[in-house]
Amino acid sequence: MATNSAHHGDNYINHEKGLWSWLTTVDHKRIGLMYMITVMFFFLVGGIMALLLRLELFAPNTAANVGQVLKNGDVYNQVLTYHGAIMVFMVIVPGIPAILGNFFLPLHIGAKDVAFPKINLASWYCFMAGAALAILTFFFKKIDTGWTFYTPYSIRTGTATVMMVLGAFIMGMSSVLTGLNFIVTVHKLRAPGMTMHRMPLFVWALYSTAILQLLATPVLAITLLLLAAEKLFGVGIFDPALGGDPVLFQHFFWFYSHPAVYIMIIPAMGVVSELITTFSRKVIFGYTAIAYSSLGIAAVSFFVWGHHMFVSGQSATAGILFSFITMLVGVPTAIKMFNWVATLYKGSVSFDSPMLFALGFLFLFAIGGVTGIMLATLPIDVHFHDTYFVVAHFHYVMVGGTLMALMGGFYYWFPKMFGKMFNETTARLSFVFIFVGFNVTFFPQFILGAMGMPRRYFDYIPAYETLNKVSTVGSWLILTGFLFGLWTIVQGIRKGEKAPMNPWRSKTLEWQTASPPPHDNFAVEPIVTAGPYEYR
Amino acid sequence: MSTDNIKHTHSAHVSHHFKDANQEYDAGKQGIWLFMVTEILMFGAILVGYAIFHNIYPEMFAEGAKYLDWRLGFVNTLVLIFSSFTMAISISFIQKNQTKNATIALATTVLCGAIFMCIKYYEYTHKFHMGLFPGHLLDIAKVHPEHANLGMYFGFYFAMTGLHGIHVLIGMGLITWLLIRTIRGDFHSQYWLPVEGVGIFWHIVDLIWIFLFPLLYLVG
Ligand code: HEM
Ligand SMILES: [Cu+2]
Repeated sequence: MATNSAHHGDNYINHEKGLWSWLTTVDHKRIGLMYMITVMFFFLVGGIMALLLRLELFAPNTAANVGQVLKNGDVYNQVLTYHGAIMVFMVIVPGIPAILGNFFLPLHIGAKDVAFPKINLASWYCFMAGAALAILTFFFKKIDTGWTFYTPYSIRTGTATVMMVLGAFIMGMSSVLTGLNFIVTVHKLRAPGMTMHRMPLFVWALYSTAILQLLATPVLAITLLLLAAEKLFGVGIFDPALGGDPVLFQHFFWFYSHPAVYIMIIPAMGVVSELITTFSRKVIFGYTAIAYSSLGIAAVSFFVWGHHMFVSGQSATAGILFSFITMLVGVPTAIKMFNWVATLYKGSVSFDSPMLFALGFLFLFAIGGVTGIMLATLPIDVHFHDTYFVVAHFHYVMVGGTLMALMGGFYYWFPKMFGKMFNETTARLSFVFIFVGFNVTFFPQFILGAMGMPRRYFDYIPAYETLNKVSTVGSWLILTGFLFGLWTIVQGIRKGEKAPMNPWRSKTLEWQTASPPPHDNFAVEPIVTAGPYEYR
Repeated sequence: MSTDNIKHTHSAHVSHHFKDANQEYDAGKQGIWLFMVTEILMFGAILVGYAIFHNIYPEMFAEGAKYLDWRLGFVNTLVLIFSSFTMAISISFIQKNQTKNATIALATTVLCGAIFMCIKYYEYTHKFHMGLFPGHLLDIAKVHPEHANLGMYFGFYFAMTGLHGIHVLIGMGLITWLLIRTIRGDFHSQYWLPVEGVGIFWHIVDLIWIFLFPLLYLVG
């Protein structure tokens, strides 16, 4: 299955020249890079908002000078809404599938491209259009509903709900198109010999995610359309004043948004599987179990949305059922965890920067997962609902989980994407700062939540001050970490030394072609004769 | 597509990342079906909403249905079923290289779509005229509803038929595009994937109407 680029020098980056050739490209690798640039930009915007929020919370509003960074609670709510919406819809949901998935899924299975290259490009444009619409609202009438757009507040508040919601709708289309493309690519474009059970686990993860995207997003789409119609024409479906049911909105919303949290995390698990096996130099333990547990998580995730609504007034029976089913998600997740740990066990582990992020993922995701089980326990959630405990929990999962994997994946595949090596020292520094800063920021929030500090408030009583200070300082450490990361990437692209074809001595297919890969991915179509992780 | 077709088809239409026309055809068709799944789910969600509220306010839904003219809905149902038929035969004409017949069939399909939309337009304007608007826009002074929340019924009516109507318009646009390409001679016995794709879309849109019609016009 070894192939090498015959014509040296021709690769997907210099295959065609000029900005226009990028904006009209149908090459999945280029589209992956375009997503990378745009998502990084949105991450910067959302990150600045996060820093502002934390700065506001550095001290209670009674304190001189530092107490009032944001003018008042309204402004705080707006910044909070944009931070949440940008991070969810523009960073974490598209993140791994659109960047790393687009770039590596075809390479992983020995295909020349995804099944529908033009639709792939269209989906980037959808993403940009939706994001533009959503962000533009910031310059007209800001929105302050929180990223969940709960009715009836979102119907009553005089802000730009309609435009924002249409933006989210269009980004949803982008997500559906990407998912659809991936499913068909996996089904139809695998190289000779690449059976489903020889696919890398990252591909399995993307495949399960794509199924989720396809099945969950349409429900969000109609919900958002109805919300827009409600705001424009008052159709009455979600508006209690007209006999409608705001809780129905929550049911619909979470029927998408709970699976959406797995749209965010399953790709991350896929990346981590690749990293762990590569840097342990060992065949991954329980390949089939990991592959199918992704599907298992995807399936169960459709039946648990009610755990967001324990205190919404749904029936007690529903609450108990949802609580129970939610626990079941823990089973396939734990299977993965055990398999990763078993892979590490007696492996020859090397601590290169991608691996550090993978180990960081294991640690932080474990905390996020355990606190998730706590929140799934109905009586506990009644106390912790809408406190900082929840904030800490979802940041541990989304940032500690998905973002760590994204960073690890970035470093791991960087040599393949750009044909250059990066500076390992600054890469490790970025990990240390992000990891430490992350815990300093978010661990205190568990305690704050347990003490009863509510979320979405721009002020607090003095008793919460010390922990909030710690948390804010932590956010600066995270900032430092990401600046190191940005530096590493930019310097790597500009000045990095030439990368060998397979710097990590990995076994999957993408490492068998030139770095950066040629326009058509493989000079000769690969023929696959063995599984993806034939170490030893 | 049977395998003996491949020999003739390696040329123009196969994109570079596919091995042959068969592979491209299979992939395209699967893509279209997956997209249809999302359409069905989207309408499915709004049907769930309908079912829930129908359960809570049965009298209100009965009152609302009285204002709809089932005869118009019925005519529209027949029009759409007929258009599904003409759409289907257009594919079989193309498979037999009968371009002219295919053109006529496709044109008829668009025409049916247009008739459907004209009737819709008439229904809508008639409703507006009577003061039957969605939600709080319902003209209570004119309508004197028995049930206080009658506006919600029309919320559902306009949301469901409106969304469906937009799909009909999109379908008409797509079929017009097929029509132009058919006249240009792009499709023939070796290549008809776009026609089949749009056809599937059109059938699904019809199918959705076949659910909407009894739910809105007849259940009461
Ligand atoms: C990296 C440093 C980050 C910091 C310091 C930070 C800080 C905050 C703060 C202070 C809040 C408001 C909590 C409340 O009052 O309820 C918040 C909310 C939120 N954050 Fe972050 N955040 C960070 C990163 C992220 C990332 C990467 C994501 C992406 C997934 C994210 C997603 C969210 C969401 C979804 C909300 C909830 C918004 C809402 O309740 O409407 N955050 N964050
Ligand atoms: Cu959930």
